Parts: sequence; structure tokens; C-alpha cells
Amino acid sequence: MISQIFILSSKGDHLIYKDFRGEASKDSINVFYEMVTALSGDQPPVVMKHKDHQFIHVRQGGLYWVASTKTNPSPFTIIEFLNRLAALTKDYCGSLSEKSVRMNFALIYELLDEMVDFGYIQTTSTDILKNFIQTEAVSSKPFSLFDLSNVGLFGAETQQSKVAPSVAASRPIMSSRGEQGGKNEIFVDVIERLSVVIGSNGVLMKADIQGEIRIKCFLPTCSEMRIGLNEELNIGKSQLKGYSSAVRVDECRFHQAVKLDEFDTFRILKVCPSQGEQTVMQYQLCDELPCAPPFQLFPSVEKDYVNRVLIFLKLRCDLPPKSTALNVSITVPVPKGSVSMSQELSSPDQTAELQPKNKALLWEIPRFPGGAQLSALFKVDVPGLSSASLLEVGPVSMSFELPKQTCTGLQIRFLRLSPTQTGLSQRWVRYVTHSDSYTIRI
Amino acid sequence: MPYFGSEETVKELKRALSNPHVQADRLRYKNYITKVIRYMTQGLDVSALFMDMVKASATVDIVQKKLVYLYMCTYASDKPDLALLAINTLRKDCADPNPMVRGLALRNMCNFRMPGMPEYIEQPIVAGLRDKASYVRRVAVLGCAKMHSLQPNTDIDGSIVNELYALLRDPDPVVVVNCLRALEEILKDEGGVVINKPIAHHLLNRMKDLDSWAQSEVLTFLLRYRPRSDDELFDILSLLDAFLQSAHAHVAVATLRLFLHLASAHPAVQADALLRTSAPLLATCGAASRELRFAGLCHVQQVMRSQPGLFATHYKRFFCGYSEPSYIKFRKMEILVELVNDENVALVLEELRSYCTDVSPELAQAAIAAIGRIARTYSEKCLDILTGLLALKQDHITSAVTQTFRDLVWFCPQSTAAVCQTVEACVDNPQDSEGKQALLWLLGEHGEQISSAPYVMEGYIDGLKTELSSAVKMELLSASVKMFLCRPAETQDMLGRLLHYCIEEESDMCVRDRALLYYRLLQRGVEETRKVVTGPKSDPSMSVLTGRQEEPISLWASTFNTLGPLSGWDLCLQTAVISASEPSGSAENELLPGSTDVALSSPNDTQEEISLSLGPPLSHETFEKMWLDLEILHRQTLGFPRPKTASDTLQAALQLVKIQTLAFTPGDAVPWKAYLYTRGTGTLILAELLQEVPEAPDSEGSLVVSVKQHPKNQQTIRGFVLILKSVLQTLNVDPL
Repeated sequence: MISQIFILSSKGDHLIYKDFRGEASKDSINVFYEMVTALSGDQPPVVMKHKDHQFIHVRQGGLYWVASTKTNPSPFTIIEFLNRLAALTKDYCGSLSEKSVRMNFALIYELLDEMVDFGYIQTTSTDILKNFIQTEAVSSKPFSLFDLSNVGLFGAETQQSKVAPSVAASRPIMSSRGEQGGKNEIFVDVIERLSVVIGSNGVLMKADIQGEIRIKCFLPTCSEMRIGLNEELNIGKSQLKGYSSAVRVDECRFHQAVKLDEFDTFRILKVCPSQGEQTVMQYQLCDELPCAPPFQLFPSVEKDYVNRVLIFLKLRCDLPPKSTALNVSITVPVPKGSVSMSQELSSPDQTAELQPKNKALLWEIPRFPGGAQLSALFKVDVPGLSSASLLEVGPVSMSFELPKQTCTGLQIRFLRLSPTQTGLSQRWVRYVTHSDSYTIRI
Repeated sequence: MPYFGSEETVKELKRALSNPHVQADRLRYKNYITKVIRYMTQGLDVSALFMDMVKASATVDIVQKKLVYLYMCTYASDKPDLALLAINTLRKDCADPNPMVRGLALRNMCNFRMPGMPEYIEQPIVAGLRDKASYVRRVAVLGCAKMHSLQPNTDIDGSIVNELYALLRDPDPVVVVNCLRALEEILKDEGGVVINKPIAHHLLNRMKDLDSWAQSEVLTFLLRYRPRSDDELFDILSLLDAFLQSAHAHVAVATLRLFLHLASAHPAVQADALLRTSAPLLATCGAASRELRFAGLCHVQQVMRSQPGLFATHYKRFFCGYSEPSYIKFRKMEILVELVNDENVALVLEELRSYCTDVSPELAQAAIAAIGRIARTYSEKCLDILTGLLALKQDHITSAVTQTFRDLVWFCPQSTAAVCQTVEACVDNPQDSEGKQALLWLLGEHGEQISSAPYVMEGYIDGLKTELSSAVKMELLSASVKMFLCRPAETQDMLGRLLHYCIEEESDMCVRDRALLYYRLLQRGVEETRKVVTGPKSDPSMSVLTGRQEEPISLWASTFNTLGPLSGWDLCLQTAVISASEPSGSAENELLPGSTDVALSSPNDTQEEISLSLGPPLSHETFEKMWLDLEILHRQTLGFPRPKTASDTLQAALQLVKIQTLAFTPGDAVPWKAYLYTRGTGTLILAELLQEVPEAPDSEGSLVVSVKQHPKNQQTIRGFVLILKSVLQTLNVDPL
């Protein structure tokens, strides 16, 4: 059971504090903040003990979400609950930031009051909660020119890709109360996280895909929705179809509200989405990548003159020509003691900088079309360079987003709301692949 | 947090709240109330406004009501007399036709933590338990627990307990779970809520209606239930089977814990459950939330204590992502080390090698240490990597590699030659004190194999004045003396200088005493010194203590799915106890091939395992009486002197293997005696350790152990002596 829940900003400001059982002093917020800031990098911060109290916290949206307890509960329960609290806050406030929490603190207190009583979790379902939550969300949308031109759904550039209205998904779910039209939307997102290690010889050493289908529903009431996946979707290792374009995942797990009676034969998920965001299906694929890895790197590292390293990187994007990778950033470790760097990049929108603190150089490419090949030359000055220092260059890590792409090939065939649904509703399907960890050894 | 000008703020708010114009304007009024709550959250003491807030509670605006209630619950204990004023409003609300208002009022009224509350809330709670709205019933059920916590020492109200047990059949799932929680708190002194067969099966049947939070909680409550028969057990397990694969990690893990607990007599069922939960566990290790990942990894480690092979094929899942925080990377490396086998060793090493150049020095050093652990099994490949790392000439890497070398040589002597070659070839010396100590130790122990050793050491001796760490100086002293014993000609001169400096100029007493000790020892002659200073150069048997054996599931099942594995405060202790208390005869034989005591254990007793336990403590009188009554069943000369460690250490070490020390002669008194006792396989064992005055003044005597037992059981005695010996030996070889 939970004694207290509090939300702190990264600077330690108290945003939300609720004591459920009166068994801990209010001072524990400050105790927690002192402990968490005093930790060194290698100490695990998730669970911390102070006298007879344990603090369990998660970090979401740059904030600390903390639960304190006197008992010895299941860590999974508490962590998942705190994550769920953060997700609900995001649903209700539109976005997750210090500002939105500050502006909506009354709403969050109201949420907490219904979610937890006497330290026991009561409910976290939006369907139930929405009957009790009365406070209107104040959405925090700072005006910015940048917002208008290039707002990301998962960071993706939707203005260009014309998948869905850009800011549509980051608004409070309840704010449509009383307003008419245009807001009856439902988003179905297929999100995959890619984790890859490529050996120095270009061979794929590890490839994992963690995927999920997420629904974000803005409909006040929603009857059953049918989501059709690829019909040729295989689940499990054994079923290998010869040469068909089968899509395969190792295993998948479903939200408990999903009805699966048509899944085995037609690969149709039936679900009654409740307002807000929920994950209906999670799946994973290990040790296999159905498509080519999205990026191949051809590096060469040489010692130039006495104190200079030449790093020549050729990066090829193996996506289909129509797709684009966004926000590609490449981190290359450089020898210790690197002082300065000059670079030759192929286009002006790319940037590169040396980060001596991290012993790394960072090369950023905002857009990288499929099939293209970019190269860059970095000259890094390292006083006291030895040939052994070259060994410090590598492994290269990359982060990027691939909008409109799934690496497993999982697609949503159709999205059907039952005909009884009144009013016009808009449905959006979005795909995105994130790099969870993409490492290329040199 | 005291804010500057906080009194002013409170005064201003008070003025505003009591202003009739503000009160007339609902929106402005509410705005001020919101402000009060905001200050309250920030830590400002706004309790002075209590009166005005009580007035504000009489409103139809539910949002405002909620805010005021939040305020009142926070300050009720500071202002009990004022809080009583609010109770009338709250009680009126408890009879409101709107169930939401009823529930809200009841919940908040129960949250007032002040004496005298129970008499006001009892009647509304009892009414609430029978309310037709489930929302109110949920609140009322927990209200019973709150009421009990307000008056913890009063008698339990039997009628409420009965009513709560009856409400376990409520159609609303949250009411059911709340009943369990409330009963658990109310009946805490009597052992909590009783889960009998009808209740257990009722809960099992309701599992599907519950939401995931309630599911995992009910699963935890069911841990308390013991099925009567195997048939019932398997019925329960098959009902719960689907939850092993739940999409919610907390449900899957709670189910696993229940499976492990219920099927403790059926190892095959346990193994099957672990296998089936490995997928959800692995999924949490790759979850988007870092904290969940960490929890998953910690629990994977726990499972691996019993089933090291379970995740072996999934080793790639434990490769570190470059953006992960260090605390996750550390765990992953620990897991990777455990998962190494013949097939994956090359890939794992390659992966670990890439962490060695990480930006974070701690991480790099941990990666090097991990390679060192693997080197105990796959020395050749690892030595290549470690040698390659020295070429990087990074201080922290060189230091970590040197330390790894030292441990490696100690644990597996066969790698000594290769290590010595590498150390010889390495021109860069570590700069931090741990690294220096490791290098000096290597030079001292294996000086005869490293031709450049005296020159390296001379460098350290020449730089002695600038050396700050006394630990390094001590190590330097020991190493120089050892080196002098094997290469006197090259070392004599510098050893003289070193001793002179340490005795004459050193300000640290420990270092000076150490130097004096060596000086006097050397005065007695080289051979005497050799006897004292040189010891075993390696000890493969240490891996009995550090190496992991497969542990029974029951050892960790009780802490599974609790905070224990995450915080690690019980883990290290437990593993130490376990690895020390289970040196079964067979393991001893394998791992101590050269040691003298193997001959003593006859082959037939190597199969059996004995387990010792502490049991209730014995008083000195009882011990004395029994010691005099019983006769000595076993007497044995152990062949080594008593450990030179502090008495606390000895006591703690024996305690680890469940041997209690009753008394011992203090310090270095001769003859030295210690009395011990323990219990095993239904018998009580008493033992005496005795070290006589040595016949020759320069040699140390040997320990003699005499054992008495009641009732007799020869096998237990043999097991006991084996355990005792291994502990004492371990303490003896402990390097200085």
C-alpha cells in the first residue's frame, strides 16, 4: 500500500503532494529529493530506503513521480501504477510537462483522489474515472512559430507526411466537453522500437523489435471497434511459410479488454476503446529483422598527422526510396583529450559538434531520404595522439525515427467502428519506428 | 519550506476569502481556494485559513467541495476543534441523493486524522456498507479500516468484521478487494484476513472480473492459502494458468510467485511456470519505462539463481542499449556474465569489450571486471582482450585491468604465466591507489616471473614521498619484502631505503608499525621471514564462496516480486549465507583437490548434505552442564593455526554457516579456546576449539577441535567438522 504520492519537478519544486495514510511526515519530499540528487550515476535510483520508508519513483516528462510506502509491495505494481498515473495525467492535461502539471494541479488531485484511497489503488480506467472528474483541463500551449511549421507526432514531421492533423493527438481528452464537431477522432498507432547491433564486418549481430498497437480515443463514447491486421500474420517461431510475404512476430500479448474470437482466423481484434490512451497489443520479434537494417555505415578512421584523427563516415539509408528517416543523430566516440574538430558535411542542414565532456562527436541529419547516401569527414585534433588512441573510436550509436514504417511489416488492414456509432468520427492510423538502441561497431 | 513573506500571503488570502464581494462571485471565490491549495502543496502553512475554508465547503460546486475537502484532510489533525465544525456539512452530504456526493463526503470524513472521529463516522460508515451504490460501498469498506487505524488499541468490532466478510460476495469487484484490504488491516494482530477454502475459490472465480491491480493484489492474498490436496492444487493452478501470460507485468509476476509458492513440492511445475513466465519477464526487460526494465532485470537475476540456463538463449536481450542509464547497464552486465556458455562466449565478450571504452569510467571498469569473471572459465580469450585494453593507455582502464589480473591470478593459477608476461610488457602503470596496490601485489607475489619487477618497484620506492595513500605504502612494504625473498640481490638496497624511510620519516602509524614488523622479522633471519610472509599464491577454492551454485527456488521465492531484489539490501547477505552454508562434501572434494583435509572425509559421507541451524540460544549454564555430561565423540587436529582475524570476524563468519559462538578467550592469549554450538538433523552439537602453547616458539600450533553431541549422529559430526574447517581455512587464507 502507498503512504504518499508526490510529483516533483526536476528542480525539486513540489507540484503535487498527497498523503493517504498519515504515517509519514511531510518532510519526506525533501528527504527524497536530497537522496535522489545525491546518488551517483551507477547507483540504482528506483527504490530508495529512508528509515522505515521506501521511495519508489519513475521519471516521466522530466518529472519525478514518487510513491512512498512502509510495506514491501510488488515493485511492478507500483512502477506500473506510477507510469499509469503519468499516462492519465497526459491524457487529461494534453501533454506531460512541469507546466501542464502546475496548471492542472486541481485536476490531478481530483484524479488521485479517485484512483487511490487509503493507499490502495481503486481504479485507473478512464471509463470509470471520467464520471468523477469535474475539473476542466487547462491546456498549456505556448505560442511558438516553430509549433506551426513543424510539430511532431512522436517527433514525426506530419505537415509533410499528411498522415494526421499535427497537434490533434496532444490535447486533453476531456476538453471536448460541450464543444461540437471536428473532435470525434480516434488514433491507432503502430509503434515499434528497434534495437540493433551491427558488427564491424557489417553483419547483423543482434536485432530485436518491440512493438505495440496503441489507441488514443477522443470519442466520448465508443462502441466496438474492429481492427484488422495483416491476414498473413504469423505468431511464434515454428510457423515458417515458404516464400510468401508473411509477417511474423515471436509472440504477442493483448490488453485484457480485447476480444480475440476472430483473431485466429481473420486476424481481427475487437475492442471497445475507452477515452484516452491504451495499448491494445504488444508484440516482439527477436534475433531477426524482416527488412534490411535501415542504416549501413562505412567508416574509416585514420591518423592524419601527428595529432589529428581523420574520421570518414559514409552512411547509407536502406529504406525504400519513398520513405524518409527523421532526426537522425550519429554519436561517434572520439579519443580522450580531443580538443577541437573541423568537419566537411554534404549539406547545410546537417550539423556536427564535438562534445568533449562525453568524449564524442555528434552528427545530426534532420532528414534522410531512403536510398540516399551521405558522407562526412571529421578532423579531430587530439594532442598527444598515439596509434592506440584510434581504438577508442567506436562503437557508433545512432538514433532516428522512421515515420510510416514498421520493421516487422505489421499493417492495419482496416479500422471499422460499428455502424451504430453516431456522429461523424475520424480515424487515423499512424506508423512509426523508433531506434531504441542502434549500435554499429567499428 | 518557509517562504519569505508567507505570513503576508496568508493574511491576504484570509482577507480575500472573507470579503463578501469575493464570496458572491463564485469564480473569483474558487480561484482563491485554488490558490490556497497551491500554497499548501508548495509547503506553506495555510492552516490559519481553516475557518474560511470550512465556510467554503457549503457549496453545490463539486470541484470546489473536493478542493476544500483536500484542504481539510491535510489540516484536520492540527485544528481538531475547527474540523468538528465541518462535520455537520459532511454528514449532511452523506445523505445526499447523488451517490458521488455521498461517497466523496464519506471518504473525506474518514480521512480526518484526529481523535474523537470514530464516534462521528461510525454511523455513516455502517449505512455506507449497505448503500445501493457500489461507489459508496467501496468508500465505506475502506472507511472501516480507517476507523480502526484511528483507534488501534480498541477491541475489534465483531459485527463490522462479519459484515465485511459478507461483503466479499459483493457484485462489485472493487468492493471485494477493498474488503480484503480492510479486513487485513483490522485483523492485523490476529494474522490478517482468513483465506479459507470457500473464500479462496470464490476469489479465484472472480479473478476475471477484477482489473489488473486488484488481480495482483488478490494473487498476493492467495499466497496465504494452502490447498488441501494435490487435486485442488492443480485445479487452482489451471484456473490461474492464463494469468501467467498476462499483458500486465505485475499480474504475470504475481501469478508466478503464487505458482512457485503453491507448487513448492512440485519442482517440475515450478520449472514449467518459470519457463512460461520467461517471455513476459524478458518483455519487461525491454519495456519502454526504464524503471520497469530495472525491476525486470532484478527479477531475472533472481530466477537465474535457480535456473541459470533459463535465459541462456536470450543472452542478446541483455546487451546494453547505448542510451540506457548506467544502473541498468550494470545489471545487464552482471546477467551477461552469468549467461556465458561455450556457444555465446565469443559474442558476449565482443559486446563487453565494446563497453570497456565507455565514457563513464565506472561502467568501463565494471565491464573489465565482468570480462575478468568470465576469464575464470575462458581465460585465453579474455586475456587477449584485457591485454589489448592496456594498449589504450587510459588510466582508469589500466587500473581496472591490473586489478582484474590480480583477482584472476588468485582464482586461476594457470593464467599466471600469461598475466606475468603482459604485466612485464606493459609500460604504463596505474595511477590510482587501487590499481597501484594490485600491481604491487602482482609484482610481490610473482616477482620471479616478471624480470622487470625490481625496477618497477624501485620507481615506486623513489616516489614514496609523494605517495598519499597509506594502503599503497603498506602494499609496497609487503611486496618489497616478498620480492626480497625471491630476488635478494636486486632488492636488498631498495628495501633498506624503503624500511628506513617508513620507520624514520613516515607519519602514518599503521605504515610505520608494518615497517617495524618487517624489519624485526628480517632481523630474525631470512628463513623465518619466508615462513611468515609467503603463503599460497592462489586459491581456487575461493570460488566455493564466490561462485554460484544452483539454489533451490524456495530460497528466493519469498522475496520474489517485492522490493528486496531491487534494493539489493538483503540479496548480498543471503547469497553469502547460502554459498557458505552449503559446502556439501562433493563440492569440497572437487574444488579443494590439493588441500590436506580431503583424506579425512571418507567417500561415503561426501554424498550427504547436512544443514545446520541456530535454534533457540543456549545459556552458558546449560552449555557447561551438557559439556560436562557428554563425552567427546570426535577429536581432530585441523592442521592449521587459528585464524588471525578479529574475533568479530570469526564470530560473524561462523554465524553465516549457522554456528553460534558461545565464548572464547580474548585476543592472543595462549592457550586459545573457543566454544561453539549448533543444531543439525535433530541433534545438538557442542564443540571446543583449542590451540595449545606451541612447542617451538617460532612455529604456530595447530587447532584441535573436540566435538560432543546429543543425541549421537556420526554423519552430522563429519558434516559439521567439514563446514567448520572450510570456514576457518577461508579466514586463514584471507590475504592481508
